[in-house]
Amino acid sequence: MADLTSDFAGIKSPNPFWLASAPPTDKEYNVRRAFEAGWGGVVWKTLGSEGPPVVNVNGPRYGAVYGADRRLLGLNNIELITDRPLEVNLREIKAVKRDYPDRAMVVSIMVPCEEEAWRAILPMVEETGADGIELNFGCPHGMSERGMGSAVGQVPEYIEMVTRWCKQFTRMPVIVKLTPNITDIRKPAEAAAKGGADAVSLINTINSITSVDLDTLSPEPSIDGKGSHGGYCGPAVKPIALSMVSEIARAPETAHMPISGIGGITTWRDAAEFLVLGAGNVQICTAAMTYGFRIVEEMKAGLRSWMDEKGYDSVAAVSGRAVPNVTDWQYLNLNYVTKARISQADCIQCGRCYAACEDTSHQAIAMSPDRVFTVIDEECVACNLCVNVCPVENCITMEEMPVGAIDPRSGDRVDDAYANWTTHPNNPAALKAAE
Amino acid sequence: MSNTPMTPGVVPQRLSRTDYADGFSDMHPPLDAHEALVAADRCYFCYDAPCVTACPTAIDIPLFIRQIQTGKPGDAAKTIFDQNILGGMCARVCPTETLCEEACVRETAEGKPVEIGRLQRFATDTALVTGVHPYQRAEPTGFRVGIVGAGPAGLACAHRLAMKGHDVTIYDARPKPGGLNEYGIAAYKTVGDFAMAEVDWLMEIGGITLVSDTALGRDVTLTELRDDFDAVFLGVGLGGVNALRAPGEDFPYVQDAVDFIADLRQAEDKAQVPVGRNVVVIGGGMTAVDAAVQSRLLGAETVTIVYRRGRDRMGASPYEQDHATRHGVRIVTGAQPLRVIGTDTAEAVEFAYTEETPEGLRPSAQTFQIAADQVFKAIGQTLAAAPEDLTLDGAKIAVTGMGRTSAAGVWAGGDCASGGDDLTVTAVAEGRDAAEDIHVTLIGASEIAAE
Repeated sequence: MADLTSDFAGIKSPNPFWLASAPPTDKEYNVRRAFEAGWGGVVWKTLGSEGPPVVNVNGPRYGAVYGADRRLLGLNNIELITDRPLEVNLREIKAVKRDYPDRAMVVSIMVPCEEEAWRAILPMVEETGADGIELNFGCPHGMSERGMGSAVGQVPEYIEMVTRWCKQFTRMPVIVKLTPNITDIRKPAEAAAKGGADAVSLINTINSITSVDLDTLSPEPSIDGKGSHGGYCGPAVKPIALSMVSEIARAPETAHMPISGIGGITTWRDAAEFLVLGAGNVQICTAAMTYGFRIVEEMKAGLRSWMDEKGYDSVAAVSGRAVPNVTDWQYLNLNYVTKARISQADCIQCGRCYAACEDTSHQAIAMSPDRVFTVIDEECVACNLCVNVCPVENCITMEEMPVGAIDPRSGDRVDDAYANWTTHPNNPAALKAAE
Repeated sequence: MSNTPMTPGVVPQRLSRTDYADGFSDMHPPLDAHEALVAADRCYFCYDAPCVTACPTAIDIPLFIRQIQTGKPGDAAKTIFDQNILGGMCARVCPTETLCEEACVRETAEGKPVEIGRLQRFATDTALVTGVHPYQRAEPTGFRVGIVGAGPAGLACAHRLAMKGHDVTIYDARPKPGGLNEYGIAAYKTVGDFAMAEVDWLMEIGGITLVSDTALGRDVTLTELRDDFDAVFLGVGLGGVNALRAPGEDFPYVQDAVDFIADLRQAEDKAQVPVGRNVVVIGGGMTAVDAAVQSRLLGAETVTIVYRRGRDRMGASPYEQDHATRHGVRIVTGAQPLRVIGTDTAEAVEFAYTEETPEGLRPSAQTFQIAADQVFKAIGQTLAAAPEDLTLDGAKIAVTGMGRTSAAGVWAGGDCASGGDDLTVTAVAEGRDAAEDIHVTLIGASEIAAE
């Protein structure tokens, strides 16, 4: 049976599922419940400097985006770092780590961008027996206005500087948590690497306003009629996170760094996707906040049975396996030709594929008077929109045309040779190279 | 409760107060706001949706469900009323399981259609409680249209004509308007005097005068109407009832099911409606089911529906048949009545099993009896008296196109007219379409005259 134990940047845990730094990890009570439920580790909710703690708003902190049947697809928050005294958090971290020595205990930290501030807090954290620290350079709301969180994460030089201080002042592994509110995620990751970081974790939340109350005209969540942008997370952000993780995993400057994957992970399948795209472990928050800690059971069982089916014996064996398949558009094989195929046995004749193709795409689906929908190969560019809008899973599929067949749309014979844009005659750069 | 289900004869008060209240409460309780959102989320917003095709009034169902989803049930109601001004009643009485919901792609996908009927009721109820009538009349045209029958066809026709600026007078033989909505539908399908409230709301458009207790052929003739009005629409329904043509039909409590249903609907106190200990209903349509189920709800000990052909040929849908059997009604098929047995009152009905022969259905030699102190005839309704000068198609008024009869300036729709199923929703569609045709005819004629 596949081994789920994880060694992430030297931090060991019985499985690769950690709870991300967030409300679920703000207190001893919650974290004990999480460990009892079987989570492999936690990143304790971000600690600030000694002294009076930050305060939170006293109105709603979260806003949501729903799918059908009020399924939570996206959540945003305007909560700040922990609003409990530093000493209370440190005492609790120590107590929990003592009772659960096999679990990963990582502490998230956000203090001002001054060497003294970091020099002061790191020994106190180290004293708890914690396994590592995560530098919160990501939160986009509230703290960023005070020059912390994403305000640091958006300046690679700051990231490098602070990371270096931390490596200097503590023996603990340093994980740098990155903000996605930046143009090129590779730059802050490179900066972390230069500063000596042991790993990066991403993504933190995305700047967002989830909705506006159309009676009061207040953005949500509404605090006395006003709203502020918050950090967006949940299933809706997963695609953004997957892309960013893969970019860091395949960039030569950062490929060596362990990545803790974060962003909308809700099921074992999501977790496996992050792992194969280069993550060494995963962190979860919204799914736990939506369904409770028990979801980790499904995640562990699902990941393990998938690994067994595929013959992967360890998490390390899974990590990064799909990274070689992430490439640039210009290297995609233009001789790969597919056509949509509609299974008439599975079709429920809703006609959404027809509406999508006829109204907004290529007029490549025919509708008979008795509602039989068929693909017109002469028009089908294989865009996949029909597959995406079909409510029945696997009813419409994309079938590869065999080598040698004539694509009725282009009139070209399907070639088995790989050919991409870099050599395509329509590419001016390619023509120039040929001259 | 002076009697019990076992008390012999045809008597009232067989049950407790609570039993009557429970039995005659709403058959399909309305969706609350949360349930409506959950139900609405299931709609796929199909292209050229099969449910719309299946709806005789072609309500844009995906659109109105999307409007519910987006928090606009009032807009949803308007979408419904644009096609079907009696959308509130149709939401209650339509056999959705053989119309829109049968066509729903989720019926194909999962055997569980979107609950279109209940969503329609949610939307229309929301609109009706506001008390605001959503339509305004066009400028008066000066044309006057006479309508006979204030049932679904006549009301739909009247509303559409009034909306277009014509003045409408509706004549109805009964004291109250509504036709079968008021007199012909099982009480538990339309509780709280809904039919009357809906008519009142419909009338708020203005320009419609109702003349009650006035029957065609008795109080007014078609010739008079054609003289008095620029156009006439007949939505008289089927006032006659087919006879059993079997000995014993004259015993007391050998009744027409439609009368029983009407009396029960009008009864303020259901406990006072007498019902037999053993009830036999002869027929296989919705009327048979409504009479049978309500007999059980009134406390009849045994109720049996007897239909001459097989179950698949019954006018009542499988859903309606299940509804009957769930209420303890026994359904016997393939048997026809030979005679009602009794001395002063009915005691039993003798039936013969039927057999299909090349000459048609014939009684076999195999007979049996079912005890009955009350017998309901539900073997079809007929046009009471065909108005003079009109061509018939079988037993109904022949119509072509959008309800044109053989007489110039006379339209007909609903159960009395040929074609279409005898459903409330079909009657609404026919009344509405006839109104459009009347409008075009009147306006067209006046434009030609003006030139």
